[in-house]
Amino acid sequence: MADLAVKSDPTEDRLAALTMPSCGAWGRAVREAALARLRSTGLPGRRDEYWKYTRPDTLTQANVVPAAVFQNDELPPFEGLERLKLVFVDGVFDADASDDLAETGLEIERLETAMAQDIHWAKDLYGVLETNGQTPVARPLAALNSAYASDGIVLRVTAPVARPISMIYRHENLNSDAILHHVIRVEKGASVSVLENGPAAARLNKVMEVDVADGAAFHHVRAQGRDHERRAATHIFARLGTESRFKSFTMTVNGVLTRNECVIELLGDNAQAHVAGAALGDGDFHHDDTVFITHDAVNCESRQVFKKVLRNGATGVFQGKILVKPGAQKTDGYQISQSLLLDEDSNFLAKPELEIYADDVACSHGSTSGAIDDDALFYLRSRGVPLADAQDLLVLAFLAEAVDEIEDEDLREHVSARLSGWLERHRS
Amino acid sequence: MLEIKNLHVKLEEEDKQILKGVDLTVEAGKVHAIMGPNGSGKSTLSYVLSGRDGYEVTAGSAHLDGKDLLEMEAEERAAAGLFLAFQYPVEIPGVGNMTFLRTAVNAQRKARGQEEMSATEFLKVVREKAKTLKIDADMLKRPVNVGFSGGEKKRNEILQMAMLEPKMCILDETDSGLDVDAMKLVSEGVNALRDAGRGFLVITHYQRLLDHIKPDVVHIMANGRIVKTGGPELALEVENNGYADILGEAV
Ligand SMILES: Nc1ncnc2c1ncn2[C@@H]1O[C@H](COP(=O)(O)OP(=O)(O)OP(=O)(O)O)[C@@H](O)[C@H]1O
Ligand SMILES: [Mg+2]
Repeated sequence: MADLAVKSDPTEDRLAALTMPSCGAWGRAVREAALARLRSTGLPGRRDEYWKYTRPDTLTQANVVPAAVFQNDELPPFEGLERLKLVFVDGVFDADASDDLAETGLEIERLETAMAQDIHWAKDLYGVLETNGQTPVARPLAALNSAYASDGIVLRVTAPVARPISMIYRHENLNSDAILHHVIRVEKGASVSVLENGPAAARLNKVMEVDVADGAAFHHVRAQGRDHERRAATHIFARLGTESRFKSFTMTVNGVLTRNECVIELLGDNAQAHVAGAALGDGDFHHDDTVFITHDAVNCESRQVFKKVLRNGATGVFQGKILVKPGAQKTDGYQISQSLLLDEDSNFLAKPELEIYADDVACSHGSTSGAIDDDALFYLRSRGVPLADAQDLLVLAFLAEAVDEIEDEDLREHVSARLSGWLERHRS
Repeated sequence: MLEIKNLHVKLEEEDKQILKGVDLTVEAGKVHAIMGPNGSGKSTLSYVLSGRDGYEVTAGSAHLDGKDLLEMEAEERAAAGLFLAFQYPVEIPGVGNMTFLRTAVNAQRKARGQEEMSATEFLKVVREKAKTLKIDADMLKRPVNVGFSGGEKKRNEILQMAMLEPKMCILDETDSGLDVDAMKLVSEGVNALRDAGRGFLVITHYQRLLDHIKPDVVHIMANGRIVKTGGPELALEVENNGYADILGEAV
């Protein structure tokens, strides 16, 4: 009979392939604590309820599935925008390719530098929001990240910053396995925009912890890399103070597997959190948006707007929850997740949830999936718009509610242009 | 200009014959009206001519200026100069009315090998035409027909027609849902487009529209066929006596 005792443990297998980066005393302590958190739950398996719609194995296993580097001659996203560039190649910060880490209103350090020093605000954040985010649902990949992150930045914003901070993730190595962890603290009354783009690696595990203080604002626009074979598991953990604002938009085109988790706690009154995403998948594409928003203060607003366009057997997943804690009166929570299925082979799986413990709240959620409206298509064609153009126009119209969540007009146009470009290249 | 011969159409999905031999010719410069009881096939005729899916032509033909309409895609028919003002204009959330108009105008120009209209020129023309139809700037910005009242939708159809300047205009019950003033506006819009090179096919239930848009020829359609053709007096006869007499004598 087989001996169950020697059956290998997937979590330990994965850990055996990792080395904890050397760092200072506090860094060591938080990494060990994160490792303990991971061990207490283990990595997610196929039977994990939270991973019901997405197979975690290629994200959790020790070996990276190689991913070809996608060659194309298009300009990368956000090209031409005034911004502070921070470049990572296969998950490693590239100082030569990056701008100087000096900007008014900002303190920026590379993670390893910060961990070797005694930067109190970074100590108060690294792994802290991630730990809060482990209940009520465990997020083991994020704990693994806090334990083993090999690079990233810590960013403290002390005033309104004009230039966006732009993180560019290049993928060059077929087998790269990147673990990135960023920590961002936006101080009282300060504001910043963070841009992210690029595939980053064959496999990316990324955590971003964002602490938005009272009256502060954080804007985030992300264009996930177009490499067809790349895989990514990302987490955003955000904590919002009184009258603060948090806005995050993600565009995903291609990528064989993406799981984007976003965990937000509204802790101060009158805070506002918006998370949105537009995903376009053709063929071998699995995209999962998992969002958990906790209202724990009065008169806060949250919006989740997720749109997916799927064809040729692509799969979209949405798991979104709004939790309204006792006393979080006057909560305004809105959640919508929709998919446009361009053929019958594609799939959309959605699990929208509301859990409300206050009586004076307005929460709504809706989830739909459907095909292109034939009447609208005919109407456009009857006015002379060719079929393919009419389809693209209707797809962009479907995505508009999500794209409109991007506040900055230039950024919004950059994103729209890329979405149209993708549609043009993927005409049936 | 528009020549329809012995047109037989059935539904693709069901074995249901709707048009049972329609013969109709509209000459350039003329306004033809079609009247007829509910369900007689008037809208079906307009959809089949403009290329909507879901119908099967089992016999007959339809030509515009000698070109076989039934062989063309909907967008090709539009570029060839055919326009249908819908009985039920479609709402398109997320597409701005202005974007829609501009995309349509430029798509047709492109198909005909003409240069695209510049943004400023387009804006100037659209504002002018919208003004005469009392369509305000807000309606131009809003998504196509979304939240428009019945009458606003119909005026929006006429605005599209005015922008696209088609050769052959089919108006399917453009008068329904219009108040007295809007009826005048819409009629003026149509009359402004009347010229020697353009034909009109106006589907209506009421003489009232035909008081404003004077038809040259009136057809009565019943049970998938044109059963009677005459002058403007035919419409008055319908208005006064209904269809019973006409259908009785046609049978
Ligand atoms: N897609 C369809 N499915 C089933 N029946 C249809 C369909 N389209 C048309 N019909 C039927 O065909 C007949 C003709 O319809 P049509 O809309 O052309 O009439 P109409 O003359 O325009 O009527 P009205 O004056 O009420 O607008 C009707 O009996 C209608 O129910
Ligand atoms: Mg009709």
